[in-house]
Amino acid sequence: MIAAVQRLPAEVAFVVFTRAAVVAALVILLAFASPHFLTSDNLVIILRQAALQFLMSAGLTLVVLTGGIDLSIGAVLGLSACLGAALIAKGLVAAGIAAALLVGLACGLVNGALVAYVGIPAFIATYGMLWMAHGLGYVFMKGEVIHGFAPGFRSLGAGFVAAIPVPVLIAAGLLAVLHVVLHLTRFGRALYAIGGNPVTARLTGMPVKRYLVAVYGLSGVLAAFAGLVVIARVNAADSGTGEELLLTAIAAVCLGGTSLFGGVGGIAGTAVGALILALVVNGMNMLGIATFWQAFAMGAIVILAVLADVSFKRRFS
Amino acid sequence: MGAVPRAGRAPALGRMPGLPGAAYLLVLLAAGFMAAAPEFASARNLSNIGLQAAALLIVSLGMTLVILTEGIDLSLGAVLGLSGVVMSVLLVSDGLALPWALAAALLVGVVAGSVNGGFIAYAGLPPFIVTLGTYGMAQSLAMVLTSGNSVTGLPASVRWLNEGEWLGLPVPVLAVAAVFVVTYVLLYHTRFGRYVFAIGGNRRALELSGVPVRAYLVAVYAYAGFLAALASFIMTARMNAAHPTIAIGLEFDAIAAVVLGGTSFDKGRGGIWGTVVGALTVALLRNGLNLIGLSTEWQVAVVGLVIVSAVAVDALRSRA
Repeated sequence: MIAAVQRLPAEVAFVVFTRAAVVAALVILLAFASPHFLTSDNLVIILRQAALQFLMSAGLTLVVLTGGIDLSIGAVLGLSACLGAALIAKGLVAAGIAAALLVGLACGLVNGALVAYVGIPAFIATYGMLWMAHGLGYVFMKGEVIHGFAPGFRSLGAGFVAAIPVPVLIAAGLLAVLHVVLHLTRFGRALYAIGGNPVTARLTGMPVKRYLVAVYGLSGVLAAFAGLVVIARVNAADSGTGEELLLTAIAAVCLGGTSLFGGVGGIAGTAVGALILALVVNGMNMLGIATFWQAFAMGAIVILAVLADVSFKRRFS
Repeated sequence: MGAVPRAGRAPALGRMPGLPGAAYLLVLLAAGFMAAAPEFASARNLSNIGLQAAALLIVSLGMTLVILTEGIDLSLGAVLGLSGVVMSVLLVSDGLALPWALAAALLVGVVAGSVNGGFIAYAGLPPFIVTLGTYGMAQSLAMVLTSGNSVTGLPASVRWLNEGEWLGLPVPVLAVAAVFVVTYVLLYHTRFGRYVFAIGGNRRALELSGVPVRAYLVAVYAYAGFLAALASFIMTARMNAAHPTIAIGLEFDAIAAVVLGGTSFDKGRGGIWGTVVGALTVALLRNGLNLIGLSTEWQVAVVGLVIVSAVAVDALRSRA
């Protein structure tokens, strides 16, 4: 098995240093700008926001490592959360969770099959899926809102264990699992190899197509899972759930140092990216900046993060 | 590479590189809808389809050039929304004369497109990422300008852009015809057009032969942004109001139109005749689904399915 593409030491140092500097700068700036920033209540808010953001970006990270993209995560998250919510609100919590995860898996597998077996560019296949899932979500909900879930389910998003928000614990667990999968399993190493050079990966005998289907399927499942945590947190689901998440999810992945060209990066970086985004959003709220500006910030962050990635590559390799 | 048209030679109607699959789909759909809903073929409905297709067609023509260069522009719907908002705010709040407001809106489109093109051509960023980023930014600016509300109370002169007639033809139809002719000439009778095909076919060879590929790429995205702004005139006039999210998703219909029209995502294959057929097919599909009582939500899902199927057919065929 060929070695997965490794970052150059200089590149690792660059990524770690710049991200640490951004986090530190944001924390210091916000601490000075608002007396409420460093309160324990606000830190809990930030951590929980970062955890939700991480859950939404985790599956995407794996896809991006293969050199692909999944533009459908926001819409798949919304569709599966709505279908799950309909059952959960009727008291069928386990069935609702299973249904949501299955829908996410199905959407993801279709994406993967289109990319791996039909040969459609990933951004087009998943863009089509975005609108199909979006449309089906709207058809299913007819503009209604489902709300009022059982307390047991709600604790998934709103609960605490020993003063730590449950989503933070879930995110930490997922981070550990995915980190191990990426670095210690054949599947995980193969994702790097596919992103680094798909032809070489295939020639060394890796089942590239099956792995690709699996990674898009995983992305769908993780999106659905994130959707469940989100609706548990807000105690409601509507067809617009997840609509705004695509841009922020891509921003978290890029900020985390995973290259959009595939082959380099990792899941820990995405956790840092999610934390930076949570700080940015929290800071904008603290400073009283209209929420309308948040999409602008996310768009700018995506472009700047990819720009940094590209210009670094050009200079050092 | 084989399908790249010979430089400088325009495909006449009879020598089109095979009818795009959309042509058959168009006929099939029309027959189906005529059978299902008698009012479909009425003169009133057909002219409705034409008017609905006008904004889509204009945006799709720009999108065609972008896709021919193996790019994509996901920001066009948001840019259209922002242009319409800028034009309307200038007219309503600042009392600017119509021509100036229109010029400002066009400038917004060109600037947005140039930003896209600049990052894509000079920084080498993937088109779908850059335009997804500017999509967020344009949408956000439109929201900030309007606080998320519609801009109403436009002067009566704006309505002429949709309802007006000149030489007996509706203004939107004339606008589409003008844009088509200009794009046709640009694409098939200028160096710019030859390079658009060649960038998609073999960018590296073009660069090595000293062509300023980057500048041409910026021009392509700027032109697409310009056309999105132009389309915002028709849309704003038809609604008699501007709303920041009015055209979110139009880029999606435009991609569907281009893909149905036989323009491929790789190797610079395709052209604008196909896009016209593709845009009419999308407009007809939405109109027909409306008439048989399928909600907008279903239409979105159906068009998504159509895009994926069309690209899948294209991918399978080019592999065979």
